[in-house]
Amino acid sequence: MTKNKLAALTARSLKVREHIIRMTAGGGCFIGASLSCVELMVYLYSELLNIDADDLQNPARDYLFLSKGHDVPALYGTLAELGFIETSRLQQHLQAADSIYWHPNRNIPGVEFHSGSLGHLPAVAAGVALDCKLKDQPNQVMVITGDGELNEGSVWESLLVANAYQLNNLTIIVDRNQFQANIRTEELIPLEPLADKFAAFGCAVRTIDGHDLDQLEATFKTLPFSDNKVNVIIANTVRGKGLPSIEARADRWFCAFNDNEILQLLEELHGNKEAFIESESLTVR
Amino acid sequence: MNYEELLVQTASADERFVVMTAENRALVRSAPKLLGKRFIDTGITEQTMIGMAAGLALRGRIPVVHALAPFLTMRAYEFIRTDVGIAHLPVKLSGYIPGFLSDGNGPTHQAIEDVAIMRGIPGMEVFCPADEDDLVRMLPAIWQSAAPSYVRINHKPGAYTHTDFEKGKAEIISEGSDVTILTYGFLFGQALEAKQLLEKEGLSVGLVNMRSLKPVDEACIIRCAANSKLVVTIEDHFQTGGLYSIVAETLVNQPHKATIFPMALKERWFKPGLLSEVLAFEGFTPNAIAATILKQL
Repeated sequence: MTKNKLAALTARSLKVREHIIRMTAGGGCFIGASLSCVELMVYLYSELLNIDADDLQNPARDYLFLSKGHDVPALYGTLAELGFIETSRLQQHLQAADSIYWHPNRNIPGVEFHSGSLGHLPAVAAGVALDCKLKDQPNQVMVITGDGELNEGSVWESLLVANAYQLNNLTIIVDRNQFQANIRTEELIPLEPLADKFAAFGCAVRTIDGHDLDQLEATFKTLPFSDNKVNVIIANTVRGKGLPSIEARADRWFCAFNDNEILQLLEELHGNKEAFIESESLTVR
Repeated sequence: MNYEELLVQTASADERFVVMTAENRALVRSAPKLLGKRFIDTGITEQTMIGMAAGLALRGRIPVVHALAPFLTMRAYEFIRTDVGIAHLPVKLSGYIPGFLSDGNGPTHQAIEDVAIMRGIPGMEVFCPADEDDLVRMLPAIWQSAAPSYVRINHKPGAYTHTDFEKGKAEIISEGSDVTILTYGFLFGQALEAKQLLEKEGLSVGLVNMRSLKPVDEACIIRCAANSKLVVTIEDHFQTGGLYSIVAETLVNQPHKATIFPMALKERWFKPGLLSEVLAFEGFTPNAIAATILKQL
């Protein structure tokens, strides 16, 4: 990746994180799981996916499905930065006048499908990918799943079927932030060796640093990884990435902050270590 | 024409159709050869089949999906509700061997709550053909509709030639002042014979094939409850949530003179066996139906 591009995407990622922090106001959001997939969203929408904000129904477009729907602030922040939606709409988070709530829905331009119940969109995306194959169209179909989401048997069931149909136009991206809702994945339902599990289900697997834009480009540019296998990219990430007071803390899954705390977090995002929130008074669900 | 012939003919003429199954091929044996890649067998994966059907529908396809009724409607229920229902996608669910038609399989295979749970999904339409003739008459309208639908497949030949189908309209076989039987699905044939037995007793007997349970013909239900002394609902379904519930929901805020009596399965699964054995044991033969109704008059 060129220096200029890297700088631009890094700056965009920072902007998206600012949007996510602001969406913790007035009711809160799933901040940790949103912050872990920012580089993935920014890279995919900025550099890889063939999606035109002015022609969202074009059947030749690429598709991104957010299966771990609670990370939708990262998507909305990205869509706002790229002009799919007005940035001002993000201030309507949780207001009945708009449809910006805790899980994605198709009232928001750029959202391909609703989610929230985990383990659904690998199958829905497989249906889209199969149709692209039936029509000999070159669309890429991507799904972002959580790692906790991999507890759901439906994920693995759909991988069996998608590989039976040799859907190498389908890519499952695992936001491997190491956490379920409340606890580390390896402490509750261990997933490792995760790459081996996907390989055993017939997938072509790559494991990368999900915050490293160079690695993202180097990996995604080589898709498809094979002629006949579903692609899986395990993106190792940090839940709460960018905010030391949120990072990798089990109790900071869903947070609602007041205006002062949001200002502190924005400071912290920009490197002010004194802004670190030690307080245990944060609203955590 | 039977179900399979109509399905293959419809799909052959219209590229939007795909035929899917979770490895239940009883109704679609010829589809792989005739439809090629538009026949999609996902294996024993009801959830994945429904999710994929939603994805295919997002791309403009009309998936007609097949599985045994209990596994289709219950194993995959949340996928139907969430992926098909919320998005209101034209996915056409064909549930095989619903109700008593699962005969000797046992309770795991008994779909006798399917009407209740499928009609609980906003926008989902529910149809219950009396026999093969009724089934084939209703499918074209169902498959061409933009709505998601569940059809309680009954492909058994019947003794009655039905009238043309109209969504939301019941088929009125006869009107009667003493008793009117409201029924749907496989038990229509038993009810038709029971009607003849009751008429031999000198009674004025109405019989209605409800066939379209959602949308339902409310005007017909209200009229029957106004014109008959007794209305009997007959269904191979739990008493909760099926036709008896629909009739109750329809009449509760309507003046009506009729007493409403349900013949359905009450809080238990039915005794498995040959279909004729099931009907006899559970009291749904024509003679048993007639005797039950006579006791209510």
